[in-house]
Amino acid sequence: MLLDLSGRLKVITVSLNGETRQFDSPIMVAQLLDQLGLTGKRLAVERNGEIVPKSQHAETAVENGDALEIVVAVGGG
Amino acid sequence: MDQLVIAGKAYGSRLLVGTGKYKDFEQTRQAVEASGAEIVTVAIRRTNIGQDPKQPSLLDALPPSKFTYLPNTAGCYTAEDAIRTLRLARELLDGHDLVKLEVLGDPDTLYPNVSETLKAAEILVKDGFKVMVYTSDDPIMAKQLEEVGCVAIMPLASLIGSGMGILNPWNLQIIIDRIQVPVIVDAGVGTASDATIAMELGCDAVLMNTAIAGAQNPVLMASAMKKAVEAGREAYLAGRMPKKVYQASPSSPTGGMIGS
Repeated sequence: MLLDLSGRLKVITVSLNGETRQFDSPIMVAQLLDQLGLTGKRLAVERNGEIVPKSQHAETAVENGDALEIVVAVGGG
Repeated sequence: MDQLVIAGKAYGSRLLVGTGKYKDFEQTRQAVEASGAEIVTVAIRRTNIGQDPKQPSLLDALPPSKFTYLPNTAGCYTAEDAIRTLRLARELLDGHDLVKLEVLGDPDTLYPNVSETLKAAEILVKDGFKVMVYTSDDPIMAKQLEEVGCVAIMPLASLIGSGMGILNPWNLQIIIDRIQVPVIVDAGVGTASDATIAMELGCDAVLMNTAIAGAQNPVLMASAMKKAVEAGREAYLAGRMPKKVYQASPSSPTGGMIGS
């Protein structure tokens, strides 16, 4: 397990839309969306069952073991 | 002007359309335009991680600046899932609070689970949502949903996607007579005459998806549905002639016949 100087994990594992993914830490929701190429897209993010409002994407950290859901609007009846 | 008013907002069109099951976004756009609909339903789903982010999206085809989006809870089988989905939808659509609640009972019939629907509706209304609710054609349930504060009651004509038309016009009539908020037939319309019959009964609007998307020519059917809804509405407003059972009445003068 890789730790940084303050003893924190350098790589975290999160559940992203049900898939296991790894990211370099620390990482904010906004940075994670950027890495996925989703910046500027109309979407909504839920972290561990709680909505992360767009206004808080830049300051909300993603932690090891988090479950994230990223949803969009699709065609439907 | 004869407008449909939902939660204080007026709409010129009484046809609401879904955006699912189309061949591509271009066909979706053409069909929606031909329908004249101002309110379009959308589903909320996980984004496809790893997909090229530059792929076009539904929002490019139907800009939210031009249409009123009605996010739905299709596929939800519990009040909890439906509420979670609509809270995400509100975040996604920048605080937009007009939503379509549907809580399904089983995957074969997609029949609404009315007790879960009522539970979800109460919570959503308290949370500030304007809830348009899909339900069965049960007049008592329709009334209860109105009483908890739903802004439109949307009974089924027949099963979702079945195209079987209006199975129980009598129940629909009771609902229309007793409900003050708009009554919108949602689900089961198969062809233009079904939509007209719904409007002639006195429904305030009709919501459909498969009847258009599942037609051989969806864009042409969308145009037909626009006219069907308008025709039914005008016939309702005009007030039909009384039915005279087994009694004919000539349309031409009875006097002045040649040779008389």
